[in-house]
Amino acid sequence: MNPNLPNSFRSGPDERGHFGIFGGRFVAETLMPLILDLEKAYADAKADPAFQAEMNVYLKDYVGRPSPLYFAERLTEHLGGAKIYLKREELNHTGSHKVNNVLGQIMVARRMGKKRIIAETGAGQHGVATATLCARFGLECVVYMGAVDVERQQPNVIRMEMLGATVVPVQSGARTLKDAMNDALRDWVTNVHNTFYCIGTVAGPHPYPMMVRDFQSIIGHETRKQMQEAEGRLPDSLVACIGGGSNAMGLFHPFLDDPSVEIFGVEAAGHGLTQLHAASLAGGRPGVLHGNRTYLLMDADGQIEEAHSISAGLDYPGIGPEHAWLHETGRVKYLSATDEEALAAFQLLSRLEGIIPALESAHAIAKLSELAPQRPKDHLMVVNLSGRGDKDVPQVGDILKGRKK
Amino acid sequence: MTTRIDARFAELKQQGRSAFVTFVMAGDPDAKTSLDILKALPKAGADVIEIGMPFTDPMADGPSIQAAGLRALKGGMTLRKTLAMVRDFRKDDNATPIVLMGYYNPIYIYGVDSFLADAKEAGVDGLIIVDLPPEEDTELCIPAMKAGLNFIRLATPTTDDKRLPAVLANTSGFVYYVSITGITGAATADSNAVSEAVARIKRHTRLPVCVGFGIRTPDTARAIAENANGAVVGTAIVDVVRGSLDAEGRATPKTVPAVADLVSTLAQGVRGAKQAAE
Repeated sequence: MNPNLPNSFRSGPDERGHFGIFGGRFVAETLMPLILDLEKAYADAKADPAFQAEMNVYLKDYVGRPSPLYFAERLTEHLGGAKIYLKREELNHTGSHKVNNVLGQIMVARRMGKKRIIAETGAGQHGVATATLCARFGLECVVYMGAVDVERQQPNVIRMEMLGATVVPVQSGARTLKDAMNDALRDWVTNVHNTFYCIGTVAGPHPYPMMVRDFQSIIGHETRKQMQEAEGRLPDSLVACIGGGSNAMGLFHPFLDDPSVEIFGVEAAGHGLTQLHAASLAGGRPGVLHGNRTYLLMDADGQIEEAHSISAGLDYPGIGPEHAWLHETGRVKYLSATDEEALAAFQLLSRLEGIIPALESAHAIAKLSELAPQRPKDHLMVVNLSGRGDKDVPQVGDILKGRKK
Repeated sequence: MTTRIDARFAELKQQGRSAFVTFVMAGDPDAKTSLDILKALPKAGADVIEIGMPFTDPMADGPSIQAAGLRALKGGMTLRKTLAMVRDFRKDDNATPIVLMGYYNPIYIYGVDSFLADAKEAGVDGLIIVDLPPEEDTELCIPAMKAGLNFIRLATPTTDDKRLPAVLANTSGFVYYVSITGITGAATADSNAVSEAVARIKRHTRLPVCVGFGIRTPDTARAIAENANGAVVGTAIVDVVRGSLDAEGRATPKTVPAVADLVSTLAQGVRGAKQAAE
């Protein structure tokens, strides 16, 4: 544990966008004026009760919030320990937590008068959410997606196109999420006058990590209230998967100053931490990429390495800067789950609870078999079920079919 | 303190002409060819040399420069070897200013203080780090100034009069005006718009203003150099390197002469321009 602990884990970032040494604004000069405009527009929106009121209407009637906090009785029985609750973000419109953030950013973009929205996406969940809200508000939408991900996440590509978005397959690098983010940034530099970049996770230059966290924090705020109603007290532990880490940040943030609540983030260990993986905290170190300083997978010369995960949504060599800080302060414990563990958890949850989770969320479910049995039966554990697995059905189906042969 | 960059611009001013600034990627396609290209540049008419430090994720660069960086990395180029290349170049040339251009992460990983010491010792004169805006000056810009290296800032069409003083505050050597909103090698610079922008920047600073992005031909270079203190060409040179390679991406006997030919043609364009009015 870091000896210089802050009084609050919830007060960051500072005015320059830093969480400890992490965060900041590492972007080309072309983008800086727009980022400063965005910072101001977001601060104005946050202080405007009309903005919040309008958001609340859409969150309730369009997104379908609050999402339920469901007691997973059979999973609890199966693991034989902590009482496991699932926060059902997969029941949101568009099938994941991504819509919470996109709604917020699109509302800010409208206040700024931007008519063209760009986004990057890995698994396609953020792309689908962005395409959906752009359709709803009549905005042009361009989504950058690695060509490899376009292949393995076809259902979401089709969905985005049906919603009227243009999906641009990115051919550079490993043709996954990192490269999609590079190309989205290139588009933004080129079309900065009319374009709003809707970032899908708690990363990028300040104010994005803070803004995305704020929009996702509804997950944790609802969980607090729902757990009080269900059990009359706070949960004892929280578990969520981490790629960039927005669903996790949303669940964790409202609980960071409750010392009784243990918090666990689960990174993607891919083929294993000594092989190809996407666990930037377990296998990376601090560096600067995509507008912020954070933990990154890189070689000895500071060149960024390709990440690997079975889940396209976790396949990114970095992590949100606030997670990097929570890791170094020790407030959140970061674990990792391999592709195989996630696949097993995907099947376990499907069969025990009748809920097919996204492969991303399956990484969080996978760690329950380590965390839950060690804890007493009155321990209240909340797992964020960040997305549903419809998009992964073809991919997982192919893998399982291949194994039967 | 007068640096090689200051000396070169003072000299050009006396000659009444603008600078021709060339960009090449360190280690593209291999370390030896890259050093040969570097050595050929001053003879072909380059007044200032920018050397790209290859990076896997060059967010502000177009496909040509990105591919050049990846070719260099594939060939084993590192930041340490880039500095060694500058050291080799300095054995024969102690006058041509060398500016390293790239992204912050490899420097951050090298260690800012050791990088600055090693770069200074190798004969580097200035740095252009694309992803370090003035808001992050404490990272590298201020330490670089203290170490005696120029930190050359980018100004862009989105940098308005209100923001310009912040951008210029810790800039030295010259100001690099990015003539388009966009990535390297994309659009063609509009010389009228550029001339207005250069005049606007000059109202805020006495530093030379060089213009880059979107300059590919001797005519554009001449038009830009009429109004600015220098014209920067990168993508066109990198494209000639690529065009000279064999099917496996290796250098051929054509590589160095092809670069030298293009550079001398472009240099004639720049030299045909009159020095910008002060």
